[in-house]
Amino acid sequence: MSVYEVTLKGVTKRFRTGAVPVLNDINLNVERGEFVTLLGPSGCGKSTLLKMVAGLTSCTSGEIRMEALTLRSAHAVISFVFQDATLLPWRTVEKNIALALELEGRPKAEIAETVPKLLELVGLSEVGKRYPRQLSGGMKMRVSIARALATRPRLLLMDEPFAALDEMTRDRMNEELLRLRAEQNWTVMFVTHSVAEAVFLSSRVIVLAPHPGRIAHEVKVDLPYPRTAATRESAEFDELVNSTSRLLREAHRL
Amino acid sequence: MKSKLFLLRDAVLVFGGLLLIWQSAVWMLKLPTYMLPAPGLVAKTLVERLPDLCDALLTSAEAAGGGLAASITVGVMIAMIFARSPWIRRMFFPYTILLQTVPLVAIAPLILMWAGQGLFAVGVITFIVCLAPIIANTTQGLVSVEENMVQLFRMHNASEWQILRQLRLPYALPNLFAGVRIASGIAVIGAITGELFAGSSAVGRGGLGYTIQYANSQLQTAYLFALVITATVLGFAFFFIVMFFEWLALHQWHESAVSRGGE
Repeated sequence: MSVYEVTLKGVTKRFRTGAVPVLNDINLNVERGEFVTLLGPSGCGKSTLLKMVAGLTSCTSGEIRMEALTLRSAHAVISFVFQDATLLPWRTVEKNIALALELEGRPKAEIAETVPKLLELVGLSEVGKRYPRQLSGGMKMRVSIARALATRPRLLLMDEPFAALDEMTRDRMNEELLRLRAEQNWTVMFVTHSVAEAVFLSSRVIVLAPHPGRIAHEVKVDLPYPRTAATRESAEFDELVNSTSRLLREAHRL
Repeated sequence: MKSKLFLLRDAVLVFGGLLLIWQSAVWMLKLPTYMLPAPGLVAKTLVERLPDLCDALLTSAEAAGGGLAASITVGVMIAMIFARSPWIRRMFFPYTILLQTVPLVAIAPLILMWAGQGLFAVGVITFIVCLAPIIANTTQGLVSVEENMVQLFRMHNASEWQILRQLRLPYALPNLFAGVRIASGIAVIGAITGELFAGSSAVGRGGLGYTIQYANSQLQTAYLFALVITATVLGFAFFFIVMFFEWLALHQWHESAVSRGGE
């Protein structure tokens, strides 16, 4: 039997009692090491779902379980990457990466040792002393990811992290993200409304339908890792993008 | 750069023109000096009475500076409480607007009665008039922190104290400075108005407000003009000191400071 990193059972979320739920009866198991993407139109509750897994908001009914962990202590093993880079503008790149470690009270020596490694990991060794305003959108997002990786998470939750980037930067960031995952092997839950991004990154795509938000389809993506720019040019990739787009359109009509 | 210089030249021309009109009006209308002293006489008075003017200036600066510093300290603390509790904010925020609308001339005598004559009372008056813009602006900054940033801090087990000190306060710094900039102008006006009522506890220790009143009663109009110029200088000085600290605190990271520097 495989080990589930995250289990969602009958998860329902209402913002007001009596209102149409934002999410209705979500059942989902995420295996250790999986890359699961929640794909759906805006308003289908995909971000809310991710925030519930992160413990940032509670569910109205149902339960969310993490392997061998209660949600309360889950903080230590989960990192969240927001759509905007959420960098503190008054801190340099280095200090921004160190933030999570500082907040968790790690010793100074450990922080001083970890930060340069993370900078190197995301290819930003030269800009450690700069302030966020001096960085491009793609660089900011890399800093944001480096900060998320600083606490060595087992589970990475990413809420449309590349949505604000231009397509070329986004493609490159996708490739870099997969390269990092190959090295560090976290479990990922990823939210996007881009079909191509979902197919390129994921081992499994969950298609959500809106009003109320629910799981409409699941697509297994069998493309072999490591995936590179060449993967996007393959016929299998095109076929998967087309079929997933079809499912997404259907889900929208449901 | 060139256009800026020309702008300055035009402003100087206007100033020169005004002086010329002023001087010729005094000559042609044969106005007595207690009605309107000629600019030359004002300049002469300014030089001759420089020690007195400096004394008055320093006294006023002390009251205005003390009041402003106190209002920043207390204002930021109140803003922190307001940001922490929407409930307290709803109850008390309207009264901070009251602080701003209450007529200064009406409360000044009251405060003098309670706090006693002299520098301290003037400081208290300044403190009261400066408080409102600092509270309002700082509260605004503290509560408008992006929700995602707060959640990021929570995700990493940050305490409320850490969120306040490492996120909300630096985030609100530009707003705080906007408030202090407004307050710095009001502080000088508040101190001078306070001094009009406070009188002088010792010779030469009455500040600009008291001295203005004295000069007026003695019909020393040229001295009065010199005092007005000194008061304006004090207002400018306060404003630029605040601007300097703002630049010091923000220029490295804040967009507004950056774009201003880049022009």
